[in-house]
Amino acid sequence: MTQTAVTPAREPAVRKATPGGARTARRSGRRRLALPYLLLLPALVLELLVHLVPMLMGLAMSFKELTQFYIRDWAAAPWSGLDNFSVALDFDAAVGQSLLRSFLTTCQFTLLSVGLCWLLGTAAAVLLQENFRGRGVLRTLFLVPYALPVYAAVITWAFMFQRDNGLINHVLHDQLGIGDSPAFWLIGDNSFWALLAVSVWKGWPFAFLTVMAGLQNIPRDMYEAAALDGAGVWKQIRHITLPSLRPVNQVLVLVLFLWTFNDFNTPFVLFGKAAPEAADLISLHIYQSSFQTWNFGTGSAMSALLLLFLLLVTGVYLLLTTRGRKTSDV
Amino acid sequence: MAPPRSFLWTRRIVLTLLTGFVLLPVYVMVSSSLKPLEDVSGKFEWIPSGVTLRPYADIWETVPLADYFVNSIVVSGAATVLSVAVAVLAAYAVSRHTFRGKRVFTVTVLSTQMFPGILFLLPLFLIYVNLGNATGIALFGSREGLVLTYLTFSLPFSIWMLTGYFDSIPRELDEAAKVDGCGPIRALFRVIVPAARPGIVAVAVYAFMTAWGEVLFASVMTNDTTRTLAVGLQGYATQNDVYWNQVMAASLVVSVPVVAGFLLLQRYLVAGLTAGAVK
Repeated sequence: MTQTAVTPAREPAVRKATPGGARTARRSGRRRLALPYLLLLPALVLELLVHLVPMLMGLAMSFKELTQFYIRDWAAAPWSGLDNFSVALDFDAAVGQSLLRSFLTTCQFTLLSVGLCWLLGTAAAVLLQENFRGRGVLRTLFLVPYALPVYAAVITWAFMFQRDNGLINHVLHDQLGIGDSPAFWLIGDNSFWALLAVSVWKGWPFAFLTVMAGLQNIPRDMYEAAALDGAGVWKQIRHITLPSLRPVNQVLVLVLFLWTFNDFNTPFVLFGKAAPEAADLISLHIYQSSFQTWNFGTGSAMSALLLLFLLLVTGVYLLLTTRGRKTSDV
Repeated sequence: MAPPRSFLWTRRIVLTLLTGFVLLPVYVMVSSSLKPLEDVSGKFEWIPSGVTLRPYADIWETVPLADYFVNSIVVSGAATVLSVAVAVLAAYAVSRHTFRGKRVFTVTVLSTQMFPGILFLLPLFLIYVNLGNATGIALFGSREGLVLTYLTFSLPFSIWMLTGYFDSIPRELDEAAKVDGCGPIRALFRVIVPAARPGIVAVAVYAFMTAWGEVLFASVMTNDTTRTLAVGLQGYATQNDVYWNQVMAASLVVSVPVVAGFLLLQRYLVAGLTAGAVK
């Protein structure tokens, strides 16, 4: 993945020794030095404007008493030190308590969702590795949830989870006779499972796509050699396919983790502006608590804490996974 | 050697279940979009009893769907073109040049992927308002502001994937172009870009889908005239009633262009991922 590109040794800046040649060489040398920066400039400016500067502002805001009175001129808001953080982290009071609850829900949810997405994606990709009739159709079909716009897909799920006119209750209650009365899916404890179903449905095709791409990098002759040695399909999957996918999986799991943990769209479209307690994922929780109370300072502190947590997890994860890789690569 | 029966049965069962899981909402979307309002408001029916195309006519009346469509196309299209152009330049620099700060650049850009959108939603909103006041360019509530926002969303992944893709293009091609008298920029457009076409298509598909599907910024940063489909679709739920048949019809209509485009171009995405990101 983030392999440092193998760059060729810089061309020696020796030019023909014609009079004035040294000057042109120096000038073009300088131009060559500037060129990569010029190429990067648009990307840099955009990233600075839309991501880095706002992020730093967001961090600064978390130390300010930023209520709706100061929102037009945020710089004028009084500093409040660590007050916002202590409000967010005071787990005995309402704000901190609900933040902690939302964080724990998100952790549980993310673990389950990432695990299932990975499992389904890998299973499908591995089972579709060999050619058989219908393989092309299924490969295309499985990518449909990935291609559908989030809001269109999630609205459909919201319809399916309606208590009185949805498909889920029609099947579970009317056709299979489960439960005395149709269950609520978009409020109450069931909402966790409803959200999980949607999240997995939406997320596993990305795992499928990535693993499928990863499978193409496994040399065919490894399988042929294994087959000659008498290893059957299951053995080949266990001893060749899965180990070869390790580097791909490491990236995949990290990306899925970050996407799921930060997911705002799915709960927002499924539940509207406020999610039920059981499915109150952290992004929507922060959004909701900032915009409901108009206390953006506390909201920013919560975001900063979230970022800190994600950085920590990512750092530890990269440390653990790349260390193993380096020793096996050398 | 033929696979054993245990493998064949596992394959059949798992793939059938997955097909059902994937298709279930698609079936609900299609079948419900063909039902009259009384039917979608009552118990769910697997087979629609009265099929009608009325919802497809009504969706354009209930909300100004056509306007939202145009907004989404303009915003996503512009964001895609710009994002791909910026990513190609940056990836070329990272792949073919050594320079100070290269690692810092790649790490920083990649790590912006992990920022939760909620962290910079409010600051970005304030920046756009202030920039607008200072320069007179309306960024908040305008299509331009949304384009600017969206084009950075796909940028990190695009740069990363294209760098990998460019790395897989033999350097002999650059050298040959140089011998023919091409400068670095000409070499990029004459040699690298054509050779990397699958990767570029893949990145473009990704960028378009990212922009077309975004909800959070679309709901905060648009107004009545610039609203995109992501927000507009919520208009079918009124205080008293949800026009579920129209919601489903509209969902289908807004999905068809992206899904069709994606499925046509998906082999490029796999090719791009194989050469670029997944290594």
